Amino acid sequence: MKKAGKRVIPGFGLSMGVTLSMVSLIVIIPLASLVIFTSQMSLSEIWETITRERVLASFKVSFITAFVASLVNAVMGVILAWVLVRYDFPLKRIVDGLIELPFAMPTAVAGIALTSLTSDKGLVGKFFANFGIKIAYTRIGITVALIFIGIPFVVRAVQPVLEKLDPAYEEAAGVMGASRSRIFRSIILPEILPAAFTGFGLAFGRCLGEYGSVVFIAGNKPFETEITPLIIMSELQEYDYSSATAIALVMLATAFLTLFLVNLIQARNTRILGR
Amino acid sequence: MNKKIISAIIAITMAGISVFTGCGSKASSSDKEKVTLTNVSYDPTRELYSAYNEIFAQHWKEIKGQDIEITQSHGGSGKQALEVANGLEADVVTLALEYDVKAVQDAGLIEEGWVNEFEKDSSPYTSTIVFLVRKGNPKNIHDWDDIVKDGVGVITPNPKTSGGARWNYLAAWAYADKKFSGDEAQIKDFVKKLYKNVLVLDSGARGATTTFVENGQGDVLLAWENEAYLSIQDNPDDYEIVTPSISILAQPSVAVVDSVVDKRGTREAATEYLSYLYSDDAQRLAGKNYYRPSNPDILNEFADVFDLDVNLVTIEDFGGWDNAQEKHFTDGGIFDQIYEN
Repeated sequence: MKKAGKRVIPGFGLSMGVTLSMVSLIVIIPLASLVIFTSQMSLSEIWETITRERVLASFKVSFITAFVASLVNAVMGVILAWVLVRYDFPLKRIVDGLIELPFAMPTAVAGIALTSLTSDKGLVGKFFANFGIKIAYTRIGITVALIFIGIPFVVRAVQPVLEKLDPAYEEAAGVMGASRSRIFRSIILPEILPAAFTGFGLAFGRCLGEYGSVVFIAGNKPFETEITPLIIMSELQEYDYSSATAIALVMLATAFLTLFLVNLIQARNTRILGR
Repeated sequence: MNKKIISAIIAITMAGISVFTGCGSKASSSDKEKVTLTNVSYDPTRELYSAYNEIFAQHWKEIKGQDIEITQSHGGSGKQALEVANGLEADVVTLALEYDVKAVQDAGLIEEGWVNEFEKDSSPYTSTIVFLVRKGNPKNIHDWDDIVKDGVGVITPNPKTSGGARWNYLAAWAYADKKFSGDEAQIKDFVKKLYKNVLVLDSGARGATTTFVENGQGDVLLAWENEAYLSIQDNPDDYEIVTPSISILAQPSVAVVDSVVDKRGTREAATEYLSYLYSDDAQRLAGKNYYRPSNPDILNEFADVFDLDVNLVTIEDFGGWDNAQEKHFTDGGIFDQIYEN
């Protein structure tokens, strides 16, 4: 065995064992139990549960807001990453650290703070109320909370790619007469697009399941601002585990599919770019 | 090589475990004198139990000469029940409604018949649902009729996620029931109109209070009487309480969690903890925290605080919690129906 499996870096057996046990303990077993819980229902029961009008309406709210928030984050995150990598300015390190705050902050705190800020009596909300725009307790409010939650995913995905990107290519293109927008379109964008996609996918997956911050800002009105995780919570409140897990399974499948697609696109990009 | 590392890890782990268990047994033997209880309760009882735990600790010291320490846990009533049912070690539960305690019973942790274990259906204090309105009552709200009018913004939590909010919903239903003398179509219509006026459907009672008080949403908050009084206490110049003509007798339930106290040997302390809630001192404390004492004599001492003329229906008028739950709050129940088109 030693001859056959001789590797240059030692410790493969041990680290792989740890990896497998971590992945199965933390990820696979809990997810499998979700499937098992759901499998106590018949297919038609599951279908009936996940196609209830109110559940469908909540899917719509959750998917649309998560999508819009992730799209905004994909654009804003690239700009943020660009500024943080390419320019030097005072307090850069602090700004860089602030990006990660949404990771560390209890989401409920973020939700309550955002709500009091954006309600029509709050500092920001008051301003927008002048134009008849309500933020808190509408889908806009949900999107705002999700943008807050998702931004670090995009920034942290794009940042390392930008750091590795050699400015020499841009300079060469500039010397050869390419316009600034051409440089961006032909040189920078193709490099960071896969990373931005990854960030988008991660943020989207995270936003779909976000509960803590959104319940405070959403208003939670059925058919209007009720997110799917809240429906899952109310099913649990009624001690209806199987309905809750059936709905959760839809969320899980979507999130998985998104991440899978993102990986696919990324793999394709890598192949085209020949690396 | 690998084997060596693995055996080293195993050795370290074993050493770790033995150190930890060693500590554990030492701690428990030196702590013999002190009893600890965990009381799992719901959101708005925070202030009540932090005060009650003090007087109970004194009382326990007097009768037993022993120190007692009570750990509190607060949260949405349904969520708390779920956690106890899932294994959160609670010696006693003091929840917003019987239905939630029953969920713990259904998990096999509480024996049947707990409702009769303490007086008054194991409800040492009660409350009711009142309206909290902004100072001067600008929308002229006096009864349920006034809050279904167009242009009145109502704040109440979601009955699907909040135990307390089910009382709100049922109180409105009780009023409409009297008004339309039982004509269900009209009652439904009334409740539908009411929920159409709801601006924000928070997931819990404290969340709804925050929305109304801190974020300034809506014209009227449907609130537990004790929550309403606490809001007034904090901001005396901003709000008024309006007691409607008909409301519901909200009976929070208390119970000893049998399987936990048997395991921990704390039955005596847990039982005394709950029965002392009926003592005059504790009843007065409940009154001071704006819960209605279940002892009628002590309730009368607070006649200048509470509106004792309000006509209170009880959950029995709805055929008990199981029936009310089934009819109104299950998936596809009336609460779901009033939101569908």
